[in-house]
Amino acid sequence: MTLAELSRGASAIVVSVRAPPEAPEWVEWLEAIGFLPGEHVRVITHGIPGGDPLVVRVGDSTFALRRIEADCVTVQL
Amino acid sequence: MKTTVAPLNFQRRGALLALVGNPNAGKTALFNQLTGARQKVANYAGVTVERKEGATALPSGRQIRVLDLPGAYALNPRSEDERITADVLFGRAHGEKRPDVVLCVVDASNLRRHLRLVLAVKRLGLPVVVALNMVDRAAARGRAVDATRLAELLGVPVLPTVAIRGEGMAALREQLDDSALWDGPIHAAHVGASAAPVQSADHETVQRILEQLGLDTLMPETPSDRIDRVVLHPLAGPAILALVLFLVFQAVFAWAEWPMSLIEAGTAWLAAGVRTLVPAGLLQSLLADGVIAGLGGVIVFLPQIVILFFFILVLEESGYLPRGAFLLDRVMGGVGLSGRAFIPLLSSFACAIPGIMAARTIPQSRDRWVTIMVAPLMTCSARLPVYTLLIGAFIPAHELGLGIGLQGLVLFGLYLAGIVGGVAVAWLLHRFTTVRTPRTLMMELPAYHWPSAQSILLGLWQRVQIFLARVGGIILTLTILLWFLATFPAPPEGATGPAIEHSFAGMLGRALTVVFEPIGFNWQISLALVPGMAAREVTVSALATVYALQVTDEAAAETLQPILAADWSLPTALSLLAWFVFAPQCLSTLATVRRETGGMTGPALMAAYLFALAYLASFITYRTALALGG
Ligand SMILES: Nc1nc2c(ncn2[C@@H]2O[C@H](COP(=O)(O)OP(=O)(O)OP(=O)(O)O)[C@@H](O)[C@H]2O)c(=O)[nH]1
Ligand SMILES: [Mg+2]
Repeated sequence: MTLAELSRGASAIVVSVRAPPEAPEWVEWLEAIGFLPGEHVRVITHGIPGGDPLVVRVGDSTFALRRIEADCVTVQL
Repeated sequence: MKTTVAPLNFQRRGALLALVGNPNAGKTALFNQLTGARQKVANYAGVTVERKEGATALPSGRQIRVLDLPGAYALNPRSEDERITADVLFGRAHGEKRPDVVLCVVDASNLRRHLRLVLAVKRLGLPVVVALNMVDRAAARGRAVDATRLAELLGVPVLPTVAIRGEGMAALREQLDDSALWDGPIHAAHVGASAAPVQSADHETVQRILEQLGLDTLMPETPSDRIDRVVLHPLAGPAILALVLFLVFQAVFAWAEWPMSLIEAGTAWLAAGVRTLVPAGLLQSLLADGVIAGLGGVIVFLPQIVILFFFILVLEESGYLPRGAFLLDRVMGGVGLSGRAFIPLLSSFACAIPGIMAARTIPQSRDRWVTIMVAPLMTCSARLPVYTLLIGAFIPAHELGLGIGLQGLVLFGLYLAGIVGGVAVAWLLHRFTTVRTPRTLMMELPAYHWPSAQSILLGLWQRVQIFLARVGGIILTLTILLWFLATFPAPPEGATGPAIEHSFAGMLGRALTVVFEPIGFNWQISLALVPGMAAREVTVSALATVYALQVTDEAAAETLQPILAADWSLPTALSLLAWFVFAPQCLSTLATVRRETGGMTGPALMAAYLFALAYLASFITYRTALALGG
């Protein structure tokens, strides 16, 4: 499953990161801010409407991500 | 000839220390401590977007140059500001050599992320010293870091600091003074290694280091998380944001009343003094009608500007700004902007110039361009005097209940009009320019932080200095110039009407009314708009001078508001307000746009579209107000 599919408050572990074909550079960017295999992530809250963007805790940092960005991060519960 | 060395050249060759680190690590705070500079420090990622230079002497007397650089998450730049940092580290920066020593600034309460960059910088082959900053915050969270142990594990010196309070600076200076750092062999930069496997390898290295330090557990819930649960709540969050912004505008009016009346009284007293001491004639007119009326008309707005900046500084330093960006991301996305555009646009409320420069943090060049184009529609603080002057003269000070004043509400409406205009322009550009790549947000939400009274006061003092320097510089110059134009030539023998109507200024104003008559501007307004291009506030001082010269009743001449209230119709005032919401920014803004977009197309397009928009808005406002019998 991906980070975007996690419900509010749920924690998981990063498995891998991929990027949409139009924006291959996102892999590097997401890794740079801490989405690396084995890292702990938790969804802190969602925006309205449609749950976009999300606030995510990754390691010890907090980042706001758009849903399409969160979809690039594959996680495991 | 060869014996003289230009000091500038010498400077450029001097020993160079560069501050590198993740955004918001406290690099600028540390830079200010090291060099005595007063660069902007604030609690969000992307405050510094330029390379800034300072100098300091180390304990042994060694002189070094210090570079403050934009924060970067990795050495692989994703935006213009990060590129500046990477270029300096790889020795590619224009007009700057490769640094001799790198001072890596890390946040001790978030080593998990910050240490990865240290590992990457170490691989560049430059001598590295680590400033373990924010040790106060790490200790407060019960996660104090053993700096000696970390230094052993990293293999580079590690010095604990609290940059905002200057703690640990003496030890850091001692360490930086170590000759081995400066005289060691220089290694070439390792470039080209693909980033991805390195990132995960570094991640594992950091994980091992954290284990050794006993910090490999995740941070428990922090106070920031509890605040965020309310502030970022899907329903409460937007309501709080609206309330905060609204309170700011109410305060700008409510709190400023008393100091403003003091300044007005002071100006009147000065003018009266000049009139009794200086014999009637040209000199008296220059001093009373030109300098005192003109500058007094602008200085009176200092309290409001201070109040506005007080709120801006508190918002910036508390860490609330990126939360606002999060809450508004959907709105921004709907008009084709990234949530990242929020901070540049919000900075534009102070002044469009830092706002336009902050757009460097936006990765996509198209989004950056659109952000730059709409930034001037955010109401800069220099427009505040114009708004308040007109609101004070034409909008009654009704209380609408619940502590809401009508004047504050109208001011809020004007700010809102600029925002709505900006959103509309962005939306139009979104409709008619195709974008294939999805936009990114990926924005850090830093921990909340109580702004220290000292840093807020210092920030306000800087704003006061900037404002007074403008008053004493460009505003004074233009006011005197305008007084000359409005006084000469003297009217011919037997001429009727006020003398100013026969002057150069009168003639110029009249010529301009051809353009501005349809939107209800009289010749005085048309004239005042011209010097207003150099600095917004000059429009006010120009009106003050023109009317001071025109009004023969001297007692009335000191305060502009009642004169305007008597001389202008309500539709004219409303039309001028509408004009100022949209009209092209001052010339320095256009110059900044030229520098940031690298050509004349940007500024030309901006000036043209803003002029058209302003004219249209004023025309509609004026005609509607007339039709409604205003
Ligand atoms: N508690 C604590 N806060 C600090 C310390 N040093 C800096 N800060 C705060 O951290 C925030 C960021 O400081 P800056 O100096 O602007 O950070 P920067 O690294 O220059 O950030 P960018 O320019 O965005 O890359 C500000 O709110 C500072 O007040 C410290 O030692 N302790
Ligand atoms: Mg900085």
